[in-house]
Order: sequence, then structure tokens, then C-alpha cells
Amino acid sequence: MNAIELVEKAQTVERPEMKSGDTVKVHVKVREGDKERIQIFEGIVIGLHRGGTRATFTVRKVSFGQGVERIFPLHSPTIAKVEVVRSARVRRAKLYYLRELRGKAARMKEVRRA
Amino acid sequence: MVTGLIGRKVGMTQLFTAEGVVQPATVLKAGPCVVAQIKTVEGEGYQAVQLGLVEGRATKENKPSQGHFKKAGVPATRVRREVTVAAGAEGVKPGDQVNVSIFADGDRVDVIGTSRGKGFQGVVKRHHFAGGRATHGSMFHRAPGSIGASSFPSRVVRGMRMAGHMGDARVTVRNLRVLRVDAENNLLLVCGAVPGGPNAVVVIRKAVAAKPVRVAQVEPVKKKGKK
Repeated sequence: MNAIELVEKAQTVERPEMKSGDTVKVHVKVREGDKERIQIFEGIVIGLHRGGTRATFTVRKVSFGQGVERIFPLHSPTIAKVEVVRSARVRRAKLYYLRELRGKAARMKEVRRA
Repeated sequence: MVTGLIGRKVGMTQLFTAEGVVQPATVLKAGPCVVAQIKTVEGEGYQAVQLGLVEGRATKENKPSQGHFKKAGVPATRVRREVTVAAGAEGVKPGDQVNVSIFADGDRVDVIGTSRGKGFQGVVKRHHFAGGRATHGSMFHRAPGSIGASSFPSRVVRGMRMAGHMGDARVTVRNLRVLRVDAENNLLLVCGAVPGGPNAVVVIRKAVAAKPVRVAQVEPVKKKGKK
């Protein structure tokens, strides 16, 4: 194991297997003053960017008709938990084309997970 | 105490703080080093210590170098650098071991290395000249422009910024924060970038111009009322 892997190993957090097209619930820790609470961000994973502790994933949702995307560092301590709600059949790794689609056109065919 | 250490750059990664803030981190494989020579005011005119970076393989040295290491009683090392010694600290002997434990988390360090060579570069890349327009009939793109007046002074002033060789020079990055010290694996993590590519030799020393650590000051409570 090289030195960088050694350093990164201590940082990595166990996260569920995710793929583009999955609908996920990201439990984000939010600090308000000295209180901390959990906020849930639910949406479709439109891309994964791998790379050890530097890995990120992008979640897109449509909130009150407005598209919202958040890029989360996969191993960030501010993420309490990631739940995979459902999966869809997709044919590309990055679903950036969803940005141009809305409503019915942005639906995806669900696949049952084993 | 020896105030520096020789190391090699491994590469960069990032670390999370407890609040989830991402910090850029350079991983350095620093030391262990051995003291190969002591330089004294009486002998050399200044006080310093010559360190050798101990790496896995024994190096083949020529006769004069072999004698140099034999005198100190240390195995021959390929990379040797000089570092200063903290004032008033005596007792550093040839053959002494120095490792990353001379640094602690949160310390400020300077990292000295050789920057990546960029070859012969123009003024736009080398000196951040703005250059001219690319289109709209412009005939001035990346040229340096005027380099001085004509009959007076009839020469180009010294130090004029021009195209030339860039990089592969000694660079010092000051006041980097030590994020983590791993004495077991001889690793040092500093916040920010360090000159050179992977495997580049760097010298890490205690910051010579470290800014004082800011501590929150509590205002003294003024008592109101009669005395």
C-alpha cells in the first residue's frame, strides 16, 4: 500500500453501493448555532466521480419546479447516512441530459434490486 | 535541536476536518535522516548540520564521500542537505537520527524544493503578460512588446522580463500548516501544495517567519459603579 492510500484509508467511510440513476436519500448534518440536525436531500444520482477520499456524487432533484443539484463529497463527515431508495435502468454513467428534461420526459424505468 | 528534515514528495490528497471542511494535503515521506556532519562557527564559520536521507538502498559513493560518511559513522546516503540548528541547543552529534517527530500537528513549516521544469516559455506563461487580442485584425498575440526606448538608453535595462527557461529552480513555500505527523510511517502531511513532482526531494524546516497563532482574546470586564 502506498503512502497516499494509507492516509486516505483512515478517512474513507462505508457507503452503500450507488449507481447513476439511483434515487437516494442523503442525510446531511446541518449546524444551526450550536445545535445540529439532520436534513434529508432526496434525488436522483446523475453522476459519480471516483477517486479515493476525493470521490463525489451529484444528486439532482426538482424542488417546486426548480432543478436543484448538490455535489456531495462521498466520504464527508457531514453526511450521516445515504439510503438508496430505488434504482433505474440507465444507459450512461452521467445523466446530464436530465437537466433538459422535465416532468414525464424525465421519468426512468425502475429496476428491482437483487 | 535540528530544525529541519529531508523528505520526498509522495503526492496530494485531501483531508476532512471534523466540521466537514476539505483541506488540500500534500503527503511527504520525510526522513529518517542521519547527521552526517556538524558545521561549527570555529570550523566553517557558521552553525549548521548536514543531514543525509536514509532510503532503502545503500548508495555507492566515491572514495572521498565514503570517507566523509565513515567519519560520521553513518551509512552512505545519496541525498544530503544542510539545515540550521536551534540556537543554544548543543549536543547534536554526527550519527544522530532525526525523524518527523521534530514536528507536531499545527506547526508552521517551510518547504524548499525544486519546481517542475517548464522548458523555454514565452512571457505570457513565464511572467503573466496579458498578451493581445486573438482576433479582430489583431497582429499582436503573445509577443512581449516594447523592451525599452531607442537612442536613450541604447540598451535593454537589466532584469527585463523576457521569454526563457522556466521552472526547475529552487522554490520555498513558507508557512504551511502541518496537518498530521505519522512517526510510525515517517509521513508528514502539510496543508497546501509543495514544489516539484512526485518523488521530488524537499527540505522541510520549521517556519522562519511563522505568524503567531491567533488566540481569542477575552476583553477584561470593566466594573461600573462607585469605588
